[in-house]
Amino acid sequence: MFEKALVGNKKYFTLIAILLTIILISFFVYIYQLKNGLIITGMGRDVSWGLYISQFTYLVGVAAAALMVVLPCYLHNYKQFARITVLGEFMAVSAVIMCMLFIFIDLGRPDRVLNVLLHPTPNSVMFWDMVVLSVYLLLNIVTGWMVLQYERNEVKPPLWVRTLIYIAIPWAPLIHTVTAFLYAGLPGRGYWLTAIMAPRFLASAFCAGPALLILLAFIIKRTSKFDVGNDSIQMLAKIATYALIANVFFLFCELFTVLYSQIPEHLDHFKFLIIGLEGQFQYVPLTWVSIIFMLVAIILLIVPKYRKTKVLLITACFLTLVGTWIDKGLLLMVGGFVPNPFGEIIIYWPTFFESIITMGVWSFGVLILVILYKIAIAVRCEIEL
Amino acid sequence: MDKIDRRLFLKIASLSILGVTAGSLLEVVNPKDFKDNSIEPLTKLKAKRWAMAIDLTAINEAIINNCINKCHVTHNVPNLRDKQHEVKWIWQEKYSAVFNEGDNDFNLTTLYKNKNIPVLCNQCDNPPCVRVCPTKATFSRDDGIVVMDMHRCIGCRFCMAACPYGSRSFNWTDPRPYIDKINEEYPTREKGVVEKCDFCMERLDRGELPICVEESKNTIIFGDIGNKNSEIYNILSRRTFLRRKEHLGTRPQIFYLI
Amino acid sequence: MYDKGKIIAGLIIGMLIIMLPFWLNIGKTRKLPDPKLSEKAKLAEKCILPTDEMRSAHQVLLVEWRDLAVRDGERLYYSEYNQKKYEISLENTCMDCHSNKKEFCDECHNFAGVTGGSSPTCWNCHNEPKE
Ligand code: HEC
Ligand code: HEC
Ligand code: HEC
Repeated sequence: MFEKALVGNKKYFTLIAILLTIILISFFVYIYQLKNGLIITGMGRDVSWGLYISQFTYLVGVAAAALMVVLPCYLHNYKQFARITVLGEFMAVSAVIMCMLFIFIDLGRPDRVLNVLLHPTPNSVMFWDMVVLSVYLLLNIVTGWMVLQYERNEVKPPLWVRTLIYIAIPWAPLIHTVTAFLYAGLPGRGYWLTAIMAPRFLASAFCAGPALLILLAFIIKRTSKFDVGNDSIQMLAKIATYALIANVFFLFCELFTVLYSQIPEHLDHFKFLIIGLEGQFQYVPLTWVSIIFMLVAIILLIVPKYRKTKVLLITACFLTLVGTWIDKGLLLMVGGFVPNPFGEIIIYWPTFFESIITMGVWSFGVLILVILYKIAIAVRCEIEL
Repeated sequence: MDKIDRRLFLKIASLSILGVTAGSLLEVVNPKDFKDNSIEPLTKLKAKRWAMAIDLTAINEAIINNCINKCHVTHNVPNLRDKQHEVKWIWQEKYSAVFNEGDNDFNLTTLYKNKNIPVLCNQCDNPPCVRVCPTKATFSRDDGIVVMDMHRCIGCRFCMAACPYGSRSFNWTDPRPYIDKINEEYPTREKGVVEKCDFCMERLDRGELPICVEESKNTIIFGDIGNKNSEIYNILSRRTFLRRKEHLGTRPQIFYLI
Repeated sequence: MYDKGKIIAGLIIGMLIIMLPFWLNIGKTRKLPDPKLSEKAKLAEKCILPTDEMRSAHQVLLVEWRDLAVRDGERLYYSEYNQKKYEISLENTCMDCHSNKKEFCDECHNFAGVTGGSSPTCWNCHNEPKE
C-alpha cells in the first residue's frame, strides 16, 4: 500500500518539500541546541518546562481524540464513521510520534534516554507515560494499517485486529489521564494540584481532536475525491460541542474552588493568568483570548443553524483549536511554574530557536500525517469508486 | 571488524606492557619519593537520619556568605550571573519569601522581615523529587540524604517541577567556563544534568562534617536526629523551629531555629 | 518484473560501502598502543587488580566504584589482589598513579576507538590530571 504515497500531484510534492525544508532547518537548530545546551530556550530554573513539554501535553490530547471516531463506530455501531476511523487512528499515530519527539528534544541528556528502560522505576509517572504512549502508538499503527488493508481486499478485519481496536478504546483516555497525573501529583504546584486535571485534559482533548478532524475533512474534500460526508462532520461537530462545554464547565469548577476558598497557593497562579499579579499582566490577554474563543465556539457549535453553515463551523473549529492550544499548549506551564516557590514572578516566552525546533517537530508530524492520509484516501477511493 | 581489532590489539598491548615493566626494573628507584596509594581506614560518619538546624537568631549575612562561598568553591558550582540559569546548592533569600504561606504581616515577619536566611535542599524524608525520577538518578540513602547520581540523570527536569522548594538547578549550559578555579578533588558537572546540595555526602563518607556546618561558627547544627542523645535532637526538643512548607508532607530535614 | 542484475549490483555496491572503513585501513601500518606507566605507577608496581583483569575490565571496576561511592556511600575498596585498601576515587586514586593520562589511558583508547575513557563522557565532569 505504501507505494500510494509515492505518487501524487504537484501540490502534494510541494507540500512535502516545504515540510522537509522546515524539518531540515530545525534539525540544524536542534544540533545547535545539543552543542550549547538548553540555554538557547526561554526556560530557566523557575519555568523549567516550556513550549516543548506543553506541546507534548497538547498532542497527547490530539492522539487520545482518535477515540471519538473509533468508539462510536465500534461500540455504538455508528456506521458513518467506519469510513473515517482510519483517519482518526492515523492522526493519533502522527500525534504520538510528535509527543515522543517533544519529550526527547526536551531532555538535557538525550544520549542517556535508554536509562528509563535500563532502570525502570514504577513510582515515576514519567515511566508509565512512556509505556502507555508506546503501546498506544503500536496499537494505532497496527489497527489503522490492518483495517485499511483488509478493507482494500474487501474482507472483514480478523478477530485479533478487532481485539486490538477494543483495547485501544480504553487506552486512549488512559494516555491522557497518565499525562495529567504527571502534573496533578506534584505537591508544591497549586495550579496543577487538582483532581479535575485529568477530566479537564480529556474534555479539552475531545473537543480539540474532533475540531481538528473536521478541518482536515474539509481540506481532504478540497484536495481529493474523498468526501468524509456531511453526516460524519455534523456528528463530529456535536461531539466537539459537548466536550467543549464540559471543558468550560470544568474550568468553571476549578475557578470556583480556587476563587472561593482563597488559598493563596492555588489562587495566586490563577490570579496571575486572569487578572495579573503584582503588576505583571503579561499573560492576561492570552488567557482571555483563550476563554473568549472557547465561549464563542460554544455558541457557534450549539446553534444548529450556525453549525450547519460551513464557514461558521470552520470558524468554530478554528476557535476551539486555538483556544484549547493557548490553554494547554502554553499557559499550562506558565500557570504551573509562576509564581515560583519564593513567590517571585518570572516571565517565560519561547525563544526564536525554541520556536523553530518546535515548528520542526510539528512539521515532522504533519509530514507523517500527510503521507498516511495520502495512503488512506487513495485506498478508500479505490474501494468506493 | 572492530572486535578483531580490539582482540589483536589487546594481545599486542600485553606484550608491550611486558616491555615497559621490564624496562622499569632497570630504573633506579628512590624509595623516599614513594607514597603508597593505599590508605588508612576512614572513619565514616554514620547516622540513622541526618538533619540540620539553622539558628536564625545567631546567623548573620557574613557567615551565610562565607558558607555559600566555601560550598560552591568545594563543589565546583559555576557562577553564572544570569538569574534564570544559575546553579546553586546553598544560597540566601528573604525570610518573607522563604516562609511565604499566607500573610505573615505580624510577629515573625516583623522580627525577621528583611533578614536573609540560607536555603538549600531540604533533604526531605518523603521527597517528591525521588518519587518522580524516571531513572532513580535521584534517590534517598538509608541515612536520609537525597542524592543525585550524575551518571544516570537524563535531564528530564521532572524533579525540578516536583520540588516545592526550588532547590534544584539544571545545567542549562556547560558549567566549566563559569567556574573561577576548579577544585581538582571534586568533579564538575556538565550541561544537561540536574544538581543540588547533597549534605556533602562525600565528606561525611570520609569522616568530615558538611562544609557549611564547618564554616558556620556554630550557627548551623548538624547531626543525627535518629539518635536521642545527639546535640541536634536535644536542641530541637528544646527550641522553637520552623520548616519550609511542612503542610506538604515532604518532612523536610532542615530546621530553622527561631 | 524485478531486474536481478540491478539488485545484485546494488547489493555489491552496498556491501562495498558498508565495508568502507575496512578498505580504508588496508595497507596502513597502525601504530600499536604503548601505554606508558608514570613514575609513580612504576614504583607501585601493582595495579588494583591483576594486570590482565585491569586491562580487559577496568571499565567494569570503574562502574562498580562509581556505584559504591555515589549510590552506596562506600568510599573504601579492599583489594584481595594486593591486600590494600584504596580510596574510591577516579581523580584521587586512579589518576594519582596514572597521572599521565595522555600517554596511558588515551594511548589505548585512541587506538581502540573508545570514546568513553578519553573523551567525552567521564572527563566532561571528572578533572583530568594536570600534566
Ligand atoms: C597504586 C598505583 C595505581 C593505582 C591507584 C591504579 N593503578 Fe592502574 N596500574 C598501576 C600499575 C603499576 C600498572 C601496571 C601493572 C603491571 O604492569 O603489571 C597498572 C596497570 C593498569 C592498566 C593496564 C595497563 C596495560 O597496559 O594493560 C589499566 C587499564 C589500569 N591500570 C587502570 C587503572 C584504573 C582504572 C585505576 C583506578 C580504578 C587504576 N589503574 C589505579 C598502578 C596503579
Ligand atoms: C590496555 C589499554 C587501556 C588502558 C591503558 C586504559 N584503557 Fe580504558 N578501555 C580500554 C578498552 C579496550 C576499552 C573498551 C572496552 C569495551 O568497550 O569493552 C576501555 C574502556 C574504558 C571505559 C569505558 C568507556 C565507556 O564508554 O563505557 C572507561 C571509563 C575507561 N576505559 C577508563 C580508563 C581510564 C581512566 C584509564 C587510565 C587510568 C584507562 N581506561 C586505561 C583500554 C584501555
Ligand atoms: C555529569 C557529570 C559526570 C560524568 C559525565 C561522570 N561523572 Fe563520575 N561523578 C560525578 C560526580 C558529581 C560524582 C560524585 C563525587 C562525590 O560524591 O565524591 C562522581 C563520582 C564518581 C566516582 C566515585 C567517586 C569519585 O570521586 O571518583 C567514580 C568512580 C566515577 N564517578 C566514575 C565515572 C566514570 C568512569 C565516568 C565515565 C564513564 C563518569 N564518572 C562520568 C560526575 C560525573
